[in-house]
Amino acid sequence: MPSAEIETPTPELMLAFYRRLYPFKSIFKWLNHEHTPSRLFTHREISFTLQNDVYLRYHSFTTADEFKKQTCTLNPTRFEIGPVYTARPRDKKTVRPGAFTPVQRELVFDIDMTDYDGIRTCCSGADICKRCWGFIGAAVRVLDSAIRQQFGYKHLLWVYSGRRGIHLWISDREAMALTDDQRRSLVNFLTVIQGGKEMHKKVNVRPIIKGSSADLPPSIRQALDQLVQPFEDLILLDQDCFRREEGWKELLQLIPDSKIVEKLERKWTDDRSSDDKWADLKDEIKASYPSKATRAPMTHAIEDIVLQYTYPRIDAEVSKHRNHLLKAPFCVHPKTGRICVPIDPEAIDEFDPELVPTVGQLLRELDAAAPETTGEEHSDRERTSLKPYVEMLEKHALGLMSVVRRDRIANDMTW
Amino acid sequence: MQKSSRRQEEEVQVHSDLKYSHRLSLYDRPPTEDITLEEFETCAIDRLYVLSEIESCYARNRPFDELKKITKSQCEKHVPLDHNSAITKARDDQRRKDITGHFVLRLAFCRSEELRRRFVKAETTLFRIRYLDASERERRDFCKSGDFDWTQVDESEKSMYAPQLKAAVPDADAKEQYFKVKWTSVPDLVEKRRVFLKDGWAYVPSREQSSIVFQEFQTRLEKALQMTAKALPRMDEDTRLEPILANLSQGFIAGMGSEWGTSENTGEGIRAEMVDELAHKHFPMCMRNLHDNLKRDHHLKHFGRLQYGLFLKVLGLSIEEALAFWRRSFSGYTDDQFNKQYKYNIRHSYGLEGRRANYPAKSCQQILMNDQPGASDSHGCPYRHFSPNNLQTALLSMYSPQGLTEADLPEIMNMVRAEAYHVACTRVYEITHATQNVRKGDGIGSGETITHPNQYARASMALEHAAADGVKVEADGDIVMS
Repeated sequence: MPSAEIETPTPELMLAFYRRLYPFKSIFKWLNHEHTPSRLFTHREISFTLQNDVYLRYHSFTTADEFKKQTCTLNPTRFEIGPVYTARPRDKKTVRPGAFTPVQRELVFDIDMTDYDGIRTCCSGADICKRCWGFIGAAVRVLDSAIRQQFGYKHLLWVYSGRRGIHLWISDREAMALTDDQRRSLVNFLTVIQGGKEMHKKVNVRPIIKGSSADLPPSIRQALDQLVQPFEDLILLDQDCFRREEGWKELLQLIPDSKIVEKLERKWTDDRSSDDKWADLKDEIKASYPSKATRAPMTHAIEDIVLQYTYPRIDAEVSKHRNHLLKAPFCVHPKTGRICVPIDPEAIDEFDPELVPTVGQLLRELDAAAPETTGEEHSDRERTSLKPYVEMLEKHALGLMSVVRRDRIANDMTW
Repeated sequence: MQKSSRRQEEEVQVHSDLKYSHRLSLYDRPPTEDITLEEFETCAIDRLYVLSEIESCYARNRPFDELKKITKSQCEKHVPLDHNSAITKARDDQRRKDITGHFVLRLAFCRSEELRRRFVKAETTLFRIRYLDASERERRDFCKSGDFDWTQVDESEKSMYAPQLKAAVPDADAKEQYFKVKWTSVPDLVEKRRVFLKDGWAYVPSREQSSIVFQEFQTRLEKALQMTAKALPRMDEDTRLEPILANLSQGFIAGMGSEWGTSENTGEGIRAEMVDELAHKHFPMCMRNLHDNLKRDHHLKHFGRLQYGLFLKVLGLSIEEALAFWRRSFSGYTDDQFNKQYKYNIRHSYGLEGRRANYPAKSCQQILMNDQPGASDSHGCPYRHFSPNNLQTALLSMYSPQGLTEADLPEIMNMVRAEAYHVACTRVYEITHATQNVRKGDGIGSGETITHPNQYARASMALEHAAADGVKVEADGDIVMS
């Protein structure tokens, strides 16, 4: 049931949501990696944004119940999760400044649709539709496989950000322990699109050997293979990026051969589709460079264009520092009222941001269902469309907990 | 006879039981013998000379080769450390001094995060220089001695990943040997995509082995310093050492000029309404670009605000004037929005919020290397971050009123292509100040190149002041009363 109207969540709605629906227990398990509270939870910073936009930092809790109680008391519009510190964040004022440093933190990524404003033709700014989601879909597939295969991390949780983007939380022990420097290296390794808005060519990742650009590094070659199809579907057909003049002018800026550019400039008009223009470009290159050997620089240019239009645009600052705060899963986006639900990366293409339940819708579902009997948080959730999403988080958390259990058994056997 | 005895001596030297068998050290064992208080202090001070020199080289943006030369000469003067092959009796003493100095300085510099960071950076650089200076054999021996966590990649695995390895290391031949390490021990190689990654393992070609060694040195030192910091309170009772250590850490701090750290006291403050005029007359291109963007969009993204805001702060804009300036510039926002979203940040950069650090303005080095502009950002260095066409258009539109013509562009673009962004900026300064008798090669006085945006603006403003006061600035930068 797509709800086209935007309902800004009221404080009353929010309170009912925290009381009856928000999965505090599952969030606890996911952050804590086991049933009994450990430092991963007790030394963890939670920060709240209150209804009047006051920002409260350095809260921490000993149990999931305490977490829920405090959240209901403060009734924030949203809350964010920070790092695990050397001491409890709530004790920050009482410990020596040097003794309060972040030590662990999920490795997080943020992809935001606004970074695609130069490319997408359907919406801009804060708007998002099913069509823009194609960019996110391509980005998720590339990042998900790159991180799993190259860095070997297994516990990835993708979460819709509530409006126009997606977050990724990686909870592997090794990923949690990365230093800021290591995070920076990892992010820069994954960052391909660079250069400000005054720079046309934003992809410069080829190693330079003897003055000419060599083949793509293996990681990016692999990404490119995954992006060829989305480029066709998304850029050429759906978004039709090169139909309008500003679109194809931008494309021609990326062609290193001025003769080809001149020819195409004369030929192209606004009623020629992107698909045809792309074919024109390829034909032109084949005609001008008949032998494969001399064509290398042009092939490179074409590959770089595919990357520039489809490679994930990561908001690098979010990932570089352990103490960057990121909105918790299942929060309500204060503008759209939509829940930040987990997303299965395998089914990323079927995901439609406009079908994500809103807080108002969930509470209506609850009212429509049979009147509450026990008042238990758990049973309420069962009766709404939030259920499958919570199950997803629950399953993810179980995966993390089984690793801890396995490690513990292994350690016990060693003596 | 004589010949054979000399040979014997050589043999003895090579295999002798020196207490410190390697010239290079990971400093994993502290010295245990007794030393005098005087030696305690002199070892440390001598080493401090070398480290301070390394720091100041970094502060002045010296290229690595120059830094290496300077450091080596400092080392010879203060902490000589001969090669394994050198036949001197003093080798053991030299090594002892090297190690003692290092450990004393650890004590002095473990107390704060800031000191630790600087100490690690300088020590790692020193180690790097010595390692690069070492012979092939010395390196091999050293690598065997430290228990580095690497495994050699066998032939079958190598052939399995042959295409990927070839693409990651394009100039390697088939005989290249690879080592497998956790990627976290070679973050610099990962960042530059110079290794092949699989399941968290990095396949490092043998000639990049040094990268692993440097990283290992740095991580071990960082960890050790934290341990030292924890143990330090127990040593405070020793009243003999405390003053020495305090003195040492102060020497390190004082050795570094904190240029451009805080506001220059140029006398009169700058007011918000003056910024526009100053921007047109005196600002380097990066700041001019931010200013123009701000005027056009009535907004700048975070790093743009940071880069421009800190520059204005150091230029002499007080916090009140800064708030007035930014408020006026963000004309599309209500007072409420501005106060909520931006005011805190501006006050923060003046050291009035949060951790209350007085942040220095960003240097060219930082602007060029850190916080690369994203797709819709306007900060950064135009000479580096603009495409050539846009750069030329922007240069003409910004600086043609001050005498830059199309004929100057090829020269500037050549510098840009050679990645000499400082030099290009300096050249633009010379051209736009030609009417004030700045000639080619003068730079901002005495041929100095620009390394900081505030340096550009200050030099430009000083020229104008000098002209207004009836003072003539000679080409060599000396000021002569007319």
